[in-house]
Amino acid sequence: MNFHDEPVPGYPLPILPGHTSPGRLERVLRAGEFAITSELAPPDSADPEEVYQRARLFDRYVDAINATDGSGANCHMSSLAVCALLTRVGYAPVMQISCRDRNRIAIQGDILGCAAMGVCNVLCLSGDGVQAGDHPQAAPVFDLDSMSLLSTARTLRDEHRFLSGRKITYAPRVLLGAAENPFAPPVEWRAQRLAKKVQAGAQFIQTQYCFDVPLLRSFLRQVEDLGLLGKVFILVGVGPLRSAKAAQWMRTHVPGLHIPDEVIARMAGAADAAREGRQVCIDLIQEIRSLPGVSGIHLMAYRQEDSIPEIVDRSGVLRGRIPWYPGRDAAPNSNRTLS
Amino acid sequence: MYTMRRWSVRHARGLSAFYRGFEAAICGLHPLWKWIGYARLERPVAAAERAIKGLLFDCRMCGQCVLSSTGMSCPMNCPKNLRNGPCGGVRSDGCCEVRPEMKCVWHEAVAGSTRIPGGVEALRTVQPAIDRRLQGRSSWLRVARLRAGDPG
Repeated sequence: MNFHDEPVPGYPLPILPGHTSPGRLERVLRAGEFAITSELAPPDSADPEEVYQRARLFDRYVDAINATDGSGANCHMSSLAVCALLTRVGYAPVMQISCRDRNRIAIQGDILGCAAMGVCNVLCLSGDGVQAGDHPQAAPVFDLDSMSLLSTARTLRDEHRFLSGRKITYAPRVLLGAAENPFAPPVEWRAQRLAKKVQAGAQFIQTQYCFDVPLLRSFLRQVEDLGLLGKVFILVGVGPLRSAKAAQWMRTHVPGLHIPDEVIARMAGAADAAREGRQVCIDLIQEIRSLPGVSGIHLMAYRQEDSIPEIVDRSGVLRGRIPWYPGRDAAPNSNRTLS
Repeated sequence: MYTMRRWSVRHARGLSAFYRGFEAAICGLHPLWKWIGYARLERPVAAAERAIKGLLFDCRMCGQCVLSSTGMSCPMNCPKNLRNGPCGGVRSDGCCEVRPEMKCVWHEAVAGSTRIPGGVEALRTVQPAIDRRLQGRSSWLRVARLRAGDPG
């Protein structure tokens, strides 16, 4: 997919009326295309090539790549650095910012810095607790929470000032995102919380893994009742399970993850569990794609990134569209049409 | 005290009504506080506030109390200090991701807010970033002073 006003593919786009960022993700979302984002696991390494290798796994299949910020409270290359590397070659990253490790002074500096390097999307998170990761001795910062982080970023962008009131000369043109987990208690209040996030500045959300479509439906109904449809792009989190055992492990150890027993039973009954895991994911995508209010999916395939082409192709959600990636337009024999 | 804190949320309706009355009384006494001197009162009042709210709510003395907007469940007991709602890590039994033996303070807040007239609306308010300078100071005196339009 090329935009008519795209000077150099992969470079920042002119900001259209009604848009807030020069990014491709916002263009795709506002054009009404079904968007796909995914998550890059940052390396435990200072080698930039490891970042590029991981990014290339998503080529042709995703519109934006999330750079996680010490996810699970484990130490990795910083999201700011991963984003800097990705924007150098034109990828569209979503920079995740967690409130766990930095205070408002550091975070606001990072938002200006990432926008200066061409990052167009920022995802505002509270972050996992330090006890979950490899440095439980660390000081948890949590100076801001995800909500005040969102409103801080919006203040920088729309009011051209820091939280202190001090003016900035050029605002960070970023699309603001947040996370939501429709599957964790108190489920009856999750849509309300989304409403608060939208009020604080969220323009898109990426959800926790969805394995329970009825629960997602009831969340979306509440979202609709609150008048939020059309005000926020919802990307539903999905991903392949590797085995029934892995699913059991994730259910117990990943905070806020809800996997119904039926899904685990389906995995356990399959001859080829990994294949069944991909099929469960494809089935979920096809069920989710038609739900009102869903703008796309956030595909999380940690250590199974090689399954993304199969999942995306077989689910058919891109309908022949090839998201831009470095070198796409130079590729000689693409078997799919460019749109 | 955890048991007491949970009792307070269960009795959020009565406590919040009492608290509103108490707040009005404290604010009404502004001329007296001013006559004695806010600076002189800070230490003894903060100590009393710490004792009473510590007992009832496990108060952490953030100095900018939002209890009436959080179903009488103190958000500073959240290990992530979230003042705007639960994180995504709440366990299926409604317990905290970081401290599994404790009910999520926001799970409690949602329950408590339904017991207070206007509590659910209050829960929807976006709370601004916390001011860390107020840690340990009396929220009661601060409110009395702010209500009276006294910048201090």
